[in-house]
Amino acid sequence: MSVADGRPVVDIEGLSISYLRRKRPLRVIEDLTLSIRPGEAYGLVGESGCGKSTVAMALMRYLPANALVDSGRVTFAGDDLLGADEATLRRWRGSRMAMVYQDPASALNPSMRVGAQISEVYRQHRGMDKTAALKEAGAMLEKVSITDPGRVLRRYPHELSGGQQQRVMIAMALSTDPELLVLDEPTTGLDATVEAEVLDLVEQLRSDFDTSILFISHNLGVVRRVCERVGVLYAGRLIEEGPSDELLRQPRHPYTLGLLRCVPRRGMRKDALRLEPIPGSLPPLGADLPGCVYASRCPIARERCHTEPPPPYETGEDRISRCHYHDEVPAIPSGEQQVTPQPPSDGATLLKVEDLVKSYGTTGNSMQAVAGVSFEVRQGEVFGLVGESGSGKTSLARCLSGLVDASSGRATFEDRLDISVSEHRRNAELRRQLQMIFQNPDTSLNPRHSVRRILGRALLLLAGVKNGRERERRSLDLASSVRLEPRHLQVRPSALSGGLKQRVAIARAFAGEPALVLCDEPVSALDVSVQAAILNLLLDVQADRKVSYLFISHDLNVVRYLADSIGVMYLGQLVDVGPARAVFDPPHHPYTEALVSAMTTLEDLDGSRPRIKLDGPMPSPSDPPSGCRFHTRCPRFLGDLCRDKAPPWQRDADGHQYRCHIPPGELGDLQRTNGAFSGEPHAATKQDQPPKENGQSG
Amino acid sequence: MSLRFVQRWRRGRGGTAGRFLLRRLWLSAITLVLVSVVVFAVAEVLPGDVGRTILGPFATNEQVERLNRELGLERPLVVRYAGWLGDFVRGEWGDSFLLNTPVRPLVVERAVNSVLLGAFALAFIVPVSIGLGVLAALYRDGFIDRAISVTGLSLIALPEFVVGVIVLVIFAVELGWFPVSSQVPSANPVDVVRQFFLPSIPLMLVLFGYIARMARAGTVEALASDYVRTAVLKGLSRWALIWRHVLRNALLPTISVVSVQVGYLFGGLVVVETLFNYPGIGKLLLDSAVGHDLPVLEATVLVVALLYMLSNLVADSLYAVLNPRIRVGR
Amino acid sequence: MEGRDATAVAVGPLPSRTPDRREGLWDLAVAAASSKTFLTGAVILVFWVLMALFWGIVAPYDPQAVDPTASLAPPSGEHWFGTDNLGRDVLSRVLAGASSVLTVAPLGTALGMVGGIAVGLVTGYYRGLVDDVIMRVVDALLAFPLIIIAVLVLSVLGSSKVNVVLVIGVVFMPIVARTVRSSVLSEREREYVAAARLRGESGGYIMVSEILPNILSPIAVEATIRLGYAIFTSATLSFLSLGIQEPSPDWGLTISLGRVYLQAAPWVVVFPALALATLVVAVNLVADGLLQAVEE
Repeated sequence: MSVADGRPVVDIEGLSISYLRRKRPLRVIEDLTLSIRPGEAYGLVGESGCGKSTVAMALMRYLPANALVDSGRVTFAGDDLLGADEATLRRWRGSRMAMVYQDPASALNPSMRVGAQISEVYRQHRGMDKTAALKEAGAMLEKVSITDPGRVLRRYPHELSGGQQQRVMIAMALSTDPELLVLDEPTTGLDATVEAEVLDLVEQLRSDFDTSILFISHNLGVVRRVCERVGVLYAGRLIEEGPSDELLRQPRHPYTLGLLRCVPRRGMRKDALRLEPIPGSLPPLGADLPGCVYASRCPIARERCHTEPPPPYETGEDRISRCHYHDEVPAIPSGEQQVTPQPPSDGATLLKVEDLVKSYGTTGNSMQAVAGVSFEVRQGEVFGLVGESGSGKTSLARCLSGLVDASSGRATFEDRLDISVSEHRRNAELRRQLQMIFQNPDTSLNPRHSVRRILGRALLLLAGVKNGRERERRSLDLASSVRLEPRHLQVRPSALSGGLKQRVAIARAFAGEPALVLCDEPVSALDVSVQAAILNLLLDVQADRKVSYLFISHDLNVVRYLADSIGVMYLGQLVDVGPARAVFDPPHHPYTEALVSAMTTLEDLDGSRPRIKLDGPMPSPSDPPSGCRFHTRCPRFLGDLCRDKAPPWQRDADGHQYRCHIPPGELGDLQRTNGAFSGEPHAATKQDQPPKENGQSG
Repeated sequence: MSLRFVQRWRRGRGGTAGRFLLRRLWLSAITLVLVSVVVFAVAEVLPGDVGRTILGPFATNEQVERLNRELGLERPLVVRYAGWLGDFVRGEWGDSFLLNTPVRPLVVERAVNSVLLGAFALAFIVPVSIGLGVLAALYRDGFIDRAISVTGLSLIALPEFVVGVIVLVIFAVELGWFPVSSQVPSANPVDVVRQFFLPSIPLMLVLFGYIARMARAGTVEALASDYVRTAVLKGLSRWALIWRHVLRNALLPTISVVSVQVGYLFGGLVVVETLFNYPGIGKLLLDSAVGHDLPVLEATVLVVALLYMLSNLVADSLYAVLNPRIRVGR
Repeated sequence: MEGRDATAVAVGPLPSRTPDRREGLWDLAVAAASSKTFLTGAVILVFWVLMALFWGIVAPYDPQAVDPTASLAPPSGEHWFGTDNLGRDVLSRVLAGASSVLTVAPLGTALGMVGGIAVGLVTGYYRGLVDDVIMRVVDALLAFPLIIIAVLVLSVLGSSKVNVVLVIGVVFMPIVARTVRSSVLSEREREYVAAARLRGESGGYIMVSEILPNILSPIAVEATIRLGYAIFTSATLSFLSLGIQEPSPDWGLTISLGRVYLQAAPWVVVFPALALATLVVAVNLVADGLLQAVEE
């Protein structure tokens, strides 16, 4: 179905939505006006709580029972959407408008075969019978690049990998060639390489299908990749809108600029530039603000901003911005140019890991989560550990921190303390010296304990502070070192925001003045602006106390910014390790190469570098491939050599090493020019397995 | 769908379902052994002087000693247990002290009677409870939901004997529509209803409370799930939605609950059969307990345990077949 | 938005709730108090508790006072609930009967809860072989009817209040342990427990001070459910003449003994039955109210 005469597919005018909470209405979307043209991909960006999912739900008319549309008009291809009755909606949904969202695993009916679920759409909207519908479903699966569609049709959702599940969702959504496709954070929670594949797929499908897309995300890089136009949402208001390239290169709203400045960008390293978090926090939900909603956090806010809400100003061709002083935005100086001083490092080895192995399960049925890993962390440095789910990085962290016993191998701290044993066999000093910060701030603090008790307990056990008054004093010190105020001490974690909670977690870890802190994805669960603040805090604390970090993350952008040395893990092995700069540039392990190419960044990548596609899903850690573990997916696969023999370590001049059969000289040339892989294309040696591809448990 | 499953099973690829059931079977066996130990301990060991317990306080010491020797009570415990268990397995269940008849035919006959009564109650109430539970969830927080939920809640609360007595008073004593005490009915369906209706009411009410609640909870959870959202946004008809997406997933947890309910059913049978004088295994249990008729008591408890295990296995098999994650899991 | 059919109303995302709903018992009670079911149940329960304590003051007659001349008298101005076969006032006996059931049931429940929480905490936190074994056993026996076990045990040990309390308590322990254990299992995976371990906290501290405060809500719900079941069971046991003995005005016992007079004098049975029914319903309403408060 095509939309005639360029009439917008979606036209939202002055939409305002409130939620009823405890009988009081809280405004979540305020006066939203946007339109999506036929065939266009429109990106809606914002941090958590900005209301972007509400917009998506409103479009699908699937708001919760306590949501009220206060005002506004929404038309879908010219037809009134808000007033449509149930029967009409049922006709439209799935055939003219479709949606794909986060977490494909729970979005598919676990009791129905995949084929049946896709055919349902055909049977409902095209009146086909079972066989015909199933055939169409198979054809659709092919279009979304699923290998062996016949088999997949007969499978149940839990038998598929995360990437496959999301493709199935996309297939289902596009099956009737809808006019509008809404994608709500479709790749959040998927591994980087899988995310890249899914985005590739979306781009490719656009040319096949001519559907308009509303792409919702918090990730600016992803949105820039996929969408022509972008709208930025803040506290339920559209504060800027325009062509994505232009808008993200030259924003005309202080918030957009703020967002861009707090994300680490290509080439940006901690010793060159400091991230700029946005001060303050989101206004509480439903707050009635007289002026500009961003005024309290805006660097150029003036009297007028607090009293007069800005209308949408036209700031260019097809661009608007809700800022009274939008023309001043490009000139906003980059706040603190001062760079965090780096702690002096004498290069002494703090942590030495030798051949560490961690296996789970009984003999005969065991799984090696960590399959022999060796590396060193030096004093005063940040060692970034990178890997996707199944890589073993979380198991490694649990071993090193002492939560579990290592199965074999050694790890020594400061060349004297053995840390390959779990915490109840460690002594107090080791516990003090080696601490950990966890990923999820909501669950890493006991919700029933006050902050004072949390810090006090840490001080008692880690710093040995027995005197109560002394503890109170030191707690206040700790709190201020992470920029918390004394009033924060008496509350429970539930009263704090994610960023504040994470600060408490950091304070807790530092109670005993540790020498090494394991950071397990400490910023992954936080909004971008809060991430910047926490990363800065970690660097500041490091400068003060000369501590080292083992920083585990799946986000290469952050690791590239933060780390001095990097280790890349794949299926339980370390495949690439060395100084950060060296690891990111060729020659490096083909997996690292793929990861780097999968990064979605805000800048123009060297346009010459095409994406490296990995063939097939990640093998399961319980049944790793023979020889080189990466050989089943490697674009530089050589043949029998890679299949039979485990690759040696290739060493580079600057202390960088990686495991590959291809020597650095040749690999470097290949990767720099990005020539085609040498050797014959390989057949899959492992069948389709549904290991965990989504989720960050490694 | 199920045909294919059976075919695969025959080819020896029962898969995880097979393993699941095997584990359950194993667990059942352990339970039976455990129950037998408990029964043995309580009946044969706890009373201390078994002979005295049987003969009562007025028998002479010699009589008691003689009985103890006859019963082989001076042997070590483990040997006694093994012998006792062996007897049971072989089918030699001894004779009743009170009634002087062989235990096995008595217990088996009573067990069958109880199964009939229980099956009657279940056959009626399970579909009704599930239906009403699902209905309550579909009209959540509405009048229907409140009515069903509160009713269910109250009905769980009433002990079987309370309901039984009330029902007895009204329908049997005052109105005379049903007999005051029930017998095993003939094959005539009218007679079946006549004998079984009143005693099954207390059983049904308690079952209704639990099953309806579980069905409601399962349905509410399914309705709020992501996959139902997907189904709605696909524009499916209401019927397809409820039948294919909601019910299939909502009823899985309900199946597990039903098997637990069978356990409660047995407990209820003891009371109901006593109240209505129905010759079932529950009444036998009570009578033999009160009368210290040890062989009958032991056999009864073991048979009840066996029946309980069987019903659990049936429920587990049903669950394994219906849940694809187990049927074709990895 | 108009035009919603049943599925449209039911099928929809639930209103978003605040993610952290770790409240203490106080908050739980406050939240529950807003529900009518909870309040109704609580009021009735409080009434019966008061009766159990103060029946001596409230009851118009001595529950044991025998009056052969007024045997089986129907309800009247003198005897609101009538009299039983020995001329005893039914109303007084009903009020006094509350204390019987409200001693045995709560004590048995308390015993079961204490034991169950201890076992649940330890097996849930430490896991290992002991946990495996215990839990297999418990799982298998879980729904094995309490009544049958109680009949078995009481017939051997003899019936008395103490024995009933013991049987209820001991049989409840594994059931409670299982519920507590499953709560502990999900809590122990949370990172604050890992953080406590990394601090070097002892196992005991972690179980009692870190984990236990976070599972109080499900424990409270379980306790009320258990209480309801304990009342149910102890009444049934006395009905079967296995529990409390004559001449106690215990409701179950009274109903059992009064069965004979059902046709002639139904009030002997009906009033205690109603009393029992209201008590158990009340406890269940309280339990349900708490459960809903926890789920919100």
